[in-house]
Amino acid sequence: MSQPLPELQFQSKQEAFRRGMRHAIGAPAGVLFAGYIGFGALCYSLNLSIWTAAGSAFFVYALPGQMVMAEMFALGATTLLTTLAVGLTASRFLPMTLTVLPQLDSEHRGSKSLYAMVHLLAMTSWAVAMRDLPKMEPQYRQAYFWGIGLVCWAVCAPGSIIGYLIADQVPMPLTMALVFLNPLFFMLSFTEVKPTAYRLAILFGSLLGPLSHSVVPDYSLLISGLVGGSLAYLLIHRRRPA
Amino acid sequence: MSYELSVLLGTIFATYLWRGLGVLLSGRINVETELFKWVTCVTYAMVAALVVRIIILPVGLLEEVPLLVRLVALLAGVFVMMRLPRPWGGLVPGLLVGSGLIALGYSLSQLTQT
Repeated sequence: MSQPLPELQFQSKQEAFRRGMRHAIGAPAGVLFAGYIGFGALCYSLNLSIWTAAGSAFFVYALPGQMVMAEMFALGATTLLTTLAVGLTASRFLPMTLTVLPQLDSEHRGSKSLYAMVHLLAMTSWAVAMRDLPKMEPQYRQAYFWGIGLVCWAVCAPGSIIGYLIADQVPMPLTMALVFLNPLFFMLSFTEVKPTAYRLAILFGSLLGPLSHSVVPDYSLLISGLVGGSLAYLLIHRRRPA
Repeated sequence: MSYELSVLLGTIFATYLWRGLGVLLSGRINVETELFKWVTCVTYAMVAALVVRIIILPVGLLEEVPLLVRLVALLAGVFVMMRLPRPWGGLVPGLLVGSGLIALGYSLSQLTQT
C-alpha cells in the first residue's frame, strides 16, 4: 500500500462507505448520468421500449454492451447473435473484476456478497477504484467500493428514462456533448495512471483497439487486451539485463 | 416471450457471466504477484481499446460528429486536464472543454453541410 491520503483515511467502514458515495457524486456519477441520457435517447430513436432502456441500465449496467444490444435489436439480429456480441464486449469484466477483488482485505475475499458487489463494477467505478483503493487501508476498501458503486449504478436507470422522454426536445449538439462525456472521462482518468507498465498498456491498447477493429471487429477487444497488455507487461516486468 | 425481452435477457446474462466468473477466479490471485500485474496490464489495454474505439469508430449518435472534431475535443480535454493549473485545469474543466467543443464542432459541421 502506498501512503494513505488524508481524504482516504477512515475510522470506520460506515465512514468509508459514505466517503465512497460522496466521491462518486460529481464527475463519476454525473458523467454516467449524461451517458445514460444519451442511451435513453438512442433507445427512443431505435424504437426500443422505455422498459428495456431502464431495465438494461438496472440489470446490465454496461453502456457499451447496451449500445450493442440496442443496435442489434434495431437490425433484428437473433437473440443468440446479440448475446454473443454483447458477451465479447463484456469480456473486459473478467479482468476488471480480477484487478479489483484481490485488493480487498482477506476477510472480505471469498464472501458470497461479492456476487452482488460485482454487479456494481463498471468502467466508471472501476476507474475510481483503481485510483483510490491502493491509497487506503485494505479493511475499508470493500465499504468504499460499495459507496462509489451504488451511487454510480443508481443514477443510470433514471438517466435512461429521462433521456428517453426528452429525446425529441434536447438540441442535438447538447445530446452529442452528453454522449461524449463518458468516453472522455475514461481518457482523462487514464492520464492519472502512474505505473509505466500500465501507461504502456493503455498506449498499446489505444493503438490496437481501432486497428484490430477494422480487421477482426468481434475479437478486437480480446486481441487488443491480450496482445497490448502482455507486450506492456513483458517490456517492463520481464526485462532482464543483457 | 417477446423478441425484445429475450434480447434483454441475453444481454443481462452475457454481461453478468463475466463479472460472476471474475468472483469465482479472483480467489486465486493475490496483489503482489506477477499474475496480478499482467492481468492489470491486460485490463488497461482492453479498456483503453474500447474507449478509443468509441471515440474513433463510434456506433450511434457520435457517428454524426466529424472525426476531426472528436479528435480535437479529446486532445483539448487532455490538455486542460494535464497542463493547465487549477482551477482552470483538472478533470471537470477538461470534461467541460472537451464536450463543449463537441457541441460547437457538431453545430458548425451541420451549418457547413446545409
